[in-house]
Amino acid sequence: MPRFIAKRLASAILVMFTISVLVFLIFFATPGVNPASRIAGRSATPAVLRQVSKEFGLNRPLPIRYALMMYHLFIKQDLTSYVNIGDKIIPQITAAAPITLSLISGAVVIWLLVGTSAGIIAAKNKGKFIDPLVMFFGIAAISIPVYWLGEMVSLITQGGLHSSIFAWVPNGGYVSITQSPVEWFTHLIFPWFTLASLYAGIYARVLRGELINNMNEDYIRTARAKGLSERRILYRHALRCSMITIVSLFGLDVGVLVGGAALLTEVVFGLPGVGWLTYQGLTNLDLPLIMGCVMYGAFFVVLASAAVDVLYAYIDPRIRVVN
Amino acid sequence: MRDLSVSFATRRGVVQAVDGLSFDVQPKEVLGIVGESGSGKSVAMYSMLGLVRDANVRVSGSVLFEGREILGLTDTEMQSVRGGQVGMIFQDPMTALTPVYTVGWQIAEQLRAHNEMTKKQANERATELLAEVGIPDPKSRANHYPHEFSGGMRQRVVIAMALSCNPKLLIADEPTTALDVTTQAQILDLMGRLQATYGSSIVIITHDMGVIAEIAHRVVVMYAGRPAEIGPELDVVRAARHPYTWGLLGAVPRADVKTRRLVTIPGNAVSPLAVPAGCAFAPRCEYRMDICEQRPPLRGANDHLDACWLSDEQRLEIRSTATVRGES
Amino acid sequence: MTSLGVLVFMVVVVLLAPVYAHDIAHDNPFASNLQGRIKIGNHYRSVMQSNTQGLGLGVTPIGPTWHFSKYFLGADELGRDVFARILYGGRVTLLIGFSSGLICISVATVLGMLAGYFGRATDWIISRLLDIVWAFPIYLLAISLSVILVTSGLDLGIIHIGAGSLLLPILIIASVYVPYVARPVRGIVFSLKEREFIQAAIASGASDWHILRKEILPNVAPSVIVFFPLMVALNILTESALSILGIGVQPPQASWGTIINDGLQLLYTRPWVAIAPGICIVIVCVALNILGDGVRDAFDPRAKLRGSI
Repeated sequence: MPRFIAKRLASAILVMFTISVLVFLIFFATPGVNPASRIAGRSATPAVLRQVSKEFGLNRPLPIRYALMMYHLFIKQDLTSYVNIGDKIIPQITAAAPITLSLISGAVVIWLLVGTSAGIIAAKNKGKFIDPLVMFFGIAAISIPVYWLGEMVSLITQGGLHSSIFAWVPNGGYVSITQSPVEWFTHLIFPWFTLASLYAGIYARVLRGELINNMNEDYIRTARAKGLSERRILYRHALRCSMITIVSLFGLDVGVLVGGAALLTEVVFGLPGVGWLTYQGLTNLDLPLIMGCVMYGAFFVVLASAAVDVLYAYIDPRIRVVN
Repeated sequence: MRDLSVSFATRRGVVQAVDGLSFDVQPKEVLGIVGESGSGKSVAMYSMLGLVRDANVRVSGSVLFEGREILGLTDTEMQSVRGGQVGMIFQDPMTALTPVYTVGWQIAEQLRAHNEMTKKQANERATELLAEVGIPDPKSRANHYPHEFSGGMRQRVVIAMALSCNPKLLIADEPTTALDVTTQAQILDLMGRLQATYGSSIVIITHDMGVIAEIAHRVVVMYAGRPAEIGPELDVVRAARHPYTWGLLGAVPRADVKTRRLVTIPGNAVSPLAVPAGCAFAPRCEYRMDICEQRPPLRGANDHLDACWLSDEQRLEIRSTATVRGES
Repeated sequence: MTSLGVLVFMVVVVLLAPVYAHDIAHDNPFASNLQGRIKIGNHYRSVMQSNTQGLGLGVTPIGPTWHFSKYFLGADELGRDVFARILYGGRVTLLIGFSSGLICISVATVLGMLAGYFGRATDWIISRLLDIVWAFPIYLLAISLSVILVTSGLDLGIIHIGAGSLLLPILIIASVYVPYVARPVRGIVFSLKEREFIQAAIASGASDWHILRKEILPNVAPSVIVFFPLMVALNILTESALSILGIGVQPPQASWGTIINDGLQLLYTRPWVAIAPGICIVIVCVALNILGDGVRDAFDPRAKLRGSI
């Protein structure tokens, strides 16, 4: 077991390292992208550019620059922005994290409830009218561009109906729960539904597929021959076996989201979470910020992937025997 | 069972899987149903319990269990019959158990579905049952998962589960087909002993006449969804009447008789989509006559029935010629 | 089958845009038309109308006229006919969607087959590459690459791709999704390798190339074909996200995503500019997904393929 953990850890570190190098190369090594001119401003003279380069160590060889950046990021933890000179990166990320978490937790609750109920209803009523109906909504949910959906939602809540039904919906932004729970809720309710819609569609479809597959298995026939009720067979046997896929999917999805993958939703609703921060970094070509956010995100992806592996062994007894 | 018929509506036409099957099972009796793959033997028993979930299936006829009609009952009504009155053992032990629950839990689940028991009582009884079917160290093994057991062991678990509520009838669908010969003998032995202890009737489905000879009291021989011959095991084995049964018996390899070639029944099993209007076996039958274009009725004397147009005199003649030729 | 019909209908409508768009929009949908006037009924109206509400400052483009040949859905902030732009933009969106889908599937199938069949070192290298690409959240990778490449073009030795070229979004989106397809393909090839007919082919001395082409590929093909409509839908969604953010298709080209981007400025005054292209995207993706499901069911109703999201 310790060997297994050590291997996993080594592989995780390797993945994070590779991602960091890749991002670094994309942003630093692509011709035409000159961070110095970014920092110094558009109309900087060559002299200013040279000075900026020197200050920020931009004229050193690539590996040194990479090492420096990693050093400032992880060890000294004082990495500063290229765009807003002097602003430290890490505090920005830590300030943004709870916002992303608030967004995700609400969305998770909604999509799990809606997605799993829809999947179960569709599978139970396979072939009857409600099955294709539910699946159609599922397909529609995954066909809607998230950013556009967010804008449409804003259009409805901030447009004509803003003076009547949706007067209580704020125009984007975030209020911390410690400041005002009610405000926190009103700021997040629509982003929750927007983010949840895509995932609800995905989970409904996956669960329906899994349930229907599992209901055709031999052990379901055995359970029926035992005299168990159809309800018990569906929930205790078929659903329990379908959970294996759903849980691993869920773990990866949440991991990626915590790491900032909800950036489109955050941007459209003006929620300054990690995704929003990443987006700011990307569009401003604020390389340290980008690096910080990407490392943050990669960490969670790797963590989630490992957690899912462990969880998998817990919910599928067949896996436990092997390693 | 009276006149059970099961058909499936498929894209290529109606498949008559079972066509007019009738038989009785007495208490404490072992009835063997034997036939080739596709003869409808499994489908018949599954449809009896409503375990065929295909939307395109049509079941007709009558099945009386202890005087009560069980064909056509709803799932809710069947719940007390399944598992409680009728236990079932399946062909493939590797996939018969739910992989995510321990075997003890699964047995206890059945117990508690049919009896008022606490979890503790059910678990204890489950352990007892595991011991009865010959699982070593049952107390700790009850907490193991199905994949931690070998095929033969898993089949024993399934048997334990099927017998857990003292059912009046046990249906065993090819219980030994997926197992090696040694395990096969052990399982059959186990079933025989348990039957004596619990006093349940058994319907055992198999394609192997050897298994029939081993434990069955009475036999139903099926071909193309129709009964070919029904009778006491000794009668059927020693004095079979239907040419198909002759084929099945001849096909049993024997260690005491020197043969150069294994006997087979010529031709291929009939396609369920193209069952002849007359005798289903006629196309493959050495002794077919013109009258075989009409479907022979199931008839006979002394409890031994057959669906064949051959008269007793004709059979006698066939037998004597065969003896002369050195075949039995 | 209806989904196929819907899809074909939309594709045809959009592809033939240059043919009939001229009837629909008398003005060039790509050129600004700030001074234009159009005739509706007996009146002439300016395309850009002075604001009468609020502070009375500035101009607002004309809203939907619901006249088929003149600014059916109104104009955008540069006076261009939105409906005509949607028709033209649809070609771009569909082109990107289908091309990157095709490229993605082809590359992924090749990689998956090589990794699955040759195993060991080949597999290790390819799998690590796939892992790296896959470890990036898709949008992050797509946005990163797009931010860098789309504004300045790609210049790698002999490969020169201009900044405005559509090839950039196509390639970026295709490469981002390669692991999504390559991994299942690799898995399928692994299990195929154990099957007897492959062993038989190897034993009879067939060359690797022959086996890959004649034995493995036909067995992988059904699953890959099932992936295709789904990948096109995903790619269309990704392209629209990138374009909405301004880092996908670049002006003067238009795609449904860029039109939505244009419409965001006018969201509360002329909402149709943003609503209509979004609806088009939803319709096409729904049709593609239904088609994908249909294809999968047609091949094997009991397939355990996890291709669909």
